Amino acid sequence: MEKETIAAISTAMSSSGIGIVRISGEEALEILSRIFYPAKKDLNVQELESHRVTYGHIYDGETLVDEVLVLYMKQPHSYTAEDVVEIDCHGGVFMVKKILDLVIRNGARPAEAGEFTKRAFLNGRIDLSQAEAVMELINSKNEYARKSAMRQLRGSVSEKIRKLRQGIIYEIAFIESALDDPEHISMEGYGERLLPVIEKMKKETEDLIKSADNGRILSEGIKTVILGKPNAGKSSVLNMLLGEERAIVTEVAGTTRDTLEEHLNLGGISLNLMDTAGIRSTEDVVERIGVERAMEHAKDADLILYVVDSSEPLSDEDHRILKLIEDKQAIVLLNKSDLAGQITKEEMEAAAKKPVVVFSAKEERGLPELSEAIYSLFFSGKLSFNDEIYITSARQKSALENALESLGKVEESIRGKMPEDFYSIDLMDAYEELGKVIGETVEEDLVNEIFSRFCMGK
Amino acid sequence: MTENRVLEETYDVVVVGAGHAGCEAALASARLGLETIMFTVSVDSIALMPCNPNIGGSSKGHLVREIDALGGEMGKNIDKTFIQSKMLNRSKGPAVHSLRAQADKQDYTREMRKTLENTEHLTIRQAEVSELMVKDGRLRGLKTVSGAVYRCKAAVLATGVYLRARCIFGDVASATGPNGLQAAVHLTDSLIKNGIRMYRFKTGTPARVDKRSIDFSKMEEQLGDERIVPFSFTTDPDSIQKDQVSCWLTYTNEETHRIIRENLDRSPLFSGFIEGTGPRYCPSIEDKVVKFADKDRHQVFVEPEGAYTNEMYLGGMSSSLPEDVQYAMYRTVPGLEHVKIVRNAYAIEYDCIDARQLLPTLEFKELKGLFSAGQFNGSSGYEEAAAQGLMAGINAARSAQGKEGIVLDRSQAYIGVLIDDLVTKESHEPYRMMTSRAEYRLLLRQDNADLRLTKIGYEIGLIDEERYQKLLKKEKEIAGEIRRLQNTMVGGSDEVQKFLSDHGSTLLKNGASLAELLKRPELSYDDLAAIDPEQPALSEDVREQVQINLKYEGYIRRQESQVKQFKKLEGKRISDDLDYKEIKGLRREALQKLDQLRPVNIGQASRISGVSPADISVLLVYLEQRRGK
Repeated sequence: MEKETIAAISTAMSSSGIGIVRISGEEALEILSRIFYPAKKDLNVQELESHRVTYGHIYDGETLVDEVLVLYMKQPHSYTAEDVVEIDCHGGVFMVKKILDLVIRNGARPAEAGEFTKRAFLNGRIDLSQAEAVMELINSKNEYARKSAMRQLRGSVSEKIRKLRQGIIYEIAFIESALDDPEHISMEGYGERLLPVIEKMKKETEDLIKSADNGRILSEGIKTVILGKPNAGKSSVLNMLLGEERAIVTEVAGTTRDTLEEHLNLGGISLNLMDTAGIRSTEDVVERIGVERAMEHAKDADLILYVVDSSEPLSDEDHRILKLIEDKQAIVLLNKSDLAGQITKEEMEAAAKKPVVVFSAKEERGLPELSEAIYSLFFSGKLSFNDEIYITSARQKSALENALESLGKVEESIRGKMPEDFYSIDLMDAYEELGKVIGETVEEDLVNEIFSRFCMGK
Repeated sequence: MTENRVLEETYDVVVVGAGHAGCEAALASARLGLETIMFTVSVDSIALMPCNPNIGGSSKGHLVREIDALGGEMGKNIDKTFIQSKMLNRSKGPAVHSLRAQADKQDYTREMRKTLENTEHLTIRQAEVSELMVKDGRLRGLKTVSGAVYRCKAAVLATGVYLRARCIFGDVASATGPNGLQAAVHLTDSLIKNGIRMYRFKTGTPARVDKRSIDFSKMEEQLGDERIVPFSFTTDPDSIQKDQVSCWLTYTNEETHRIIRENLDRSPLFSGFIEGTGPRYCPSIEDKVVKFADKDRHQVFVEPEGAYTNEMYLGGMSSSLPEDVQYAMYRTVPGLEHVKIVRNAYAIEYDCIDARQLLPTLEFKELKGLFSAGQFNGSSGYEEAAAQGLMAGINAARSAQGKEGIVLDRSQAYIGVLIDDLVTKESHEPYRMMTSRAEYRLLLRQDNADLRLTKIGYEIGLIDEERYQKLLKKEKEIAGEIRRLQNTMVGGSDEVQKFLSDHGSTLLKNGASLAELLKRPELSYDDLAAIDPEQPALSEDVREQVQINLKYEGYIRRQESQVKQFKKLEGKRISDDLDYKEIKGLRREALQKLDQLRPVNIGQASRISGVSPADISVLLVYLEQRRGK
């Protein structure tokens, strides 16, 4: 069981947004009591009621830092099943960081990526069936990695890497057998022969890295498309998702203005909203083209959020969309539930055979249910795919860079006239790093990686 | 009727076999203070060298150094009895330098026997052990053929090639061990009865020939080193500088190969008369001719068997061809035209175990108190045997004392690599140590075996206080001198520039530390004395360590970080009651392999063939989750 109390900024960082510092562990309240002074003077921080928001101030010694809202969740009724404290501050990035530092100075350890989720898992907050789903996910890692390489790197990158590795292992094998059987295998002039081979390998590795830099590696998150006929409320749903969840809005490298992608973190799951510009423009100008384009995107999507106007009966166009999303992972948002409804949740479920969430962008209702729905798709393994791509791609690049560095070291050794047996140290490093890209190297850090893959909790 | 009376005795530890594994095991156990008895089918064959007349060689030299660093005997014994010594691979990196010495075979066995006979707590007994006495999954004792009972707390089986041994050349077979020694025919049945899985392996040896029948003028002379390096860290180098005998190198030729090819059908290996599997890495000459069909010659090393005899060993020409073919093929080799064979080359078949039944401590997983070592475990070579014997002896003794076993891992020693490979990897041929098997060989050098292992030997109790203090002093001197070189700057003075240009080294633009200069391939530590008036008078081995550590600093550091990764997996223990069937997501093959081998940690699991990285991930997550509960 993990004992240390950990802390991290649990919301996305943005210059304007409100930030939450989350603390989890046995000492969460105690740490809070050292820095937080409730507005109600008689309130004892150590005895805060669970699941109640308390207003007050954060002090660093004598100095006032920020005014904040504090939410305490007593174990096991929290995300991690440990005592959790959330400090909701609104002083911008600078202030959020300052409070996190303060929390850490007062006894918490900075959380690693995904550590909150990891704790949730280890503390049994996520049950066995979910855990098994996770395991199956990992079990097919190689397969995923293969597919992801094909899908996202547009070419047989994994094939290239496999070839590179084959080339490297051939050289290692040669060196090793020459060491063990000098009678039959001569290493005379081997360095000069190896040099051009290494140079070629370096070049190929560099090309692979460049292809990653060109943005051909997907940005993180589940590829999500919002679909719906005109006036179903796509734009307001989008605004609500983005606004409420304080998402970072970023332009993704390689996309143009009119296919803008935006990220959001919903209940800890990272979504990558496709063509948000399209949604915005269709609502006011060229609707038809917009819908067509959204349909195009939907083909590539991992998740479709299908917005339906519940105040109107389903139209032909709705049926067309339903047909389109038949084989896709989709969640139906029964929007405008604030108005008198023409379609009930049950009817919609029967028509779509998809999870349905009753939603009102206007009254900002339905968001928790939506996260819940995504969460359960995710844990049943149905939404794992694209997330895997993200992880492999993020790691791919650094593994490739490490491999390149190791190949460089081999080159140095040859030029420095080192004995041949030295080459294999760095050749082996290059081999292992390339193996990480395609899941053929055993990594101890994998468990940690799996949890950071959830993109949750931090 | 009279009562059936038998001899009955009780010991702490029983060692079965007095070869290189048995000797180390018995010595370790007795030296740790346990009452130990060692059985042999013949007291005259203690520490016998029935094959090659040398100790050490590529990667095997490392093993001997490690045995010595831990407090074993092999290094000391060869230092007393060698007749030629050579450091191999000097032109390559320090990781592959390897010491090899020619032994006087009779001196070697005699000296080892003397040591054994004069070790306290050690009893030597000539008898054939025939039966295990097992109760509730624990070894209680052993019985000999005569029916005598030897109760014990732990035992080491080191039967070498003697179990149901059969020597073969051509179509001639005899049911004996090496050199016509008596085979041990009874124990196999008892092992099988106790559920132990057996293999049948074979190995071979070349002919011994009469020195007087050789024309050395047609061969290349192979001299020993001018300055002899001892095997044992306790041997004073000055005390062993002596006159050495020569070895000789000659080659086979097309005619030799033709004779072999034409008679392959008469080879028991190819006719199927031999059922055991032989070592790929120590092949017979007929194997080599078949396997390397494109080579028009193979090396033949002609080596003396000792100072006492005219017998010479024909290294590289082991064979099981009929004796007339042996004569014909040997006589095609330059210098051997009139050779007379003293002993025929032969192959030997024997019973050994599938070593995957052992824990890394060399104890049987399913038979507590029973350990095994050497060729019985499916290895080949004296040094491999001795290394396992030492570890099995240490662990049998510790088991008898109720202490936890000692396991060296792959990043600590070649011994660790050897044992891990044996107990983890499926193998159908005798296992030979090789440099390439050690992933971290730049750290596992023969020159630093004491720095790696003597502390462990001290903790085990095989290294005395004096030797330990010497080690600490050596460590301190090395560290101090490294620091001094790192902190001593030299500028571009005329003297320094001249020194550099004399050594073909780039001139200095700015100042540099002596440590930085030492990194240059063309400069050695001893060279630097010319511009380093402060250089202290340090011993040979300390200077060597300083030089290696600084010269290869970057490589050593990278290898250390590889070890760090390795240690993470090695540190994740798997409890022996883990139910692999409970783990969803493991592939069927992996499940079977894991369930059968029951690895002790994730590292070992990851080295099992048929277990993929993805399987390891599943296992990791499962263990992590179980730990959390």
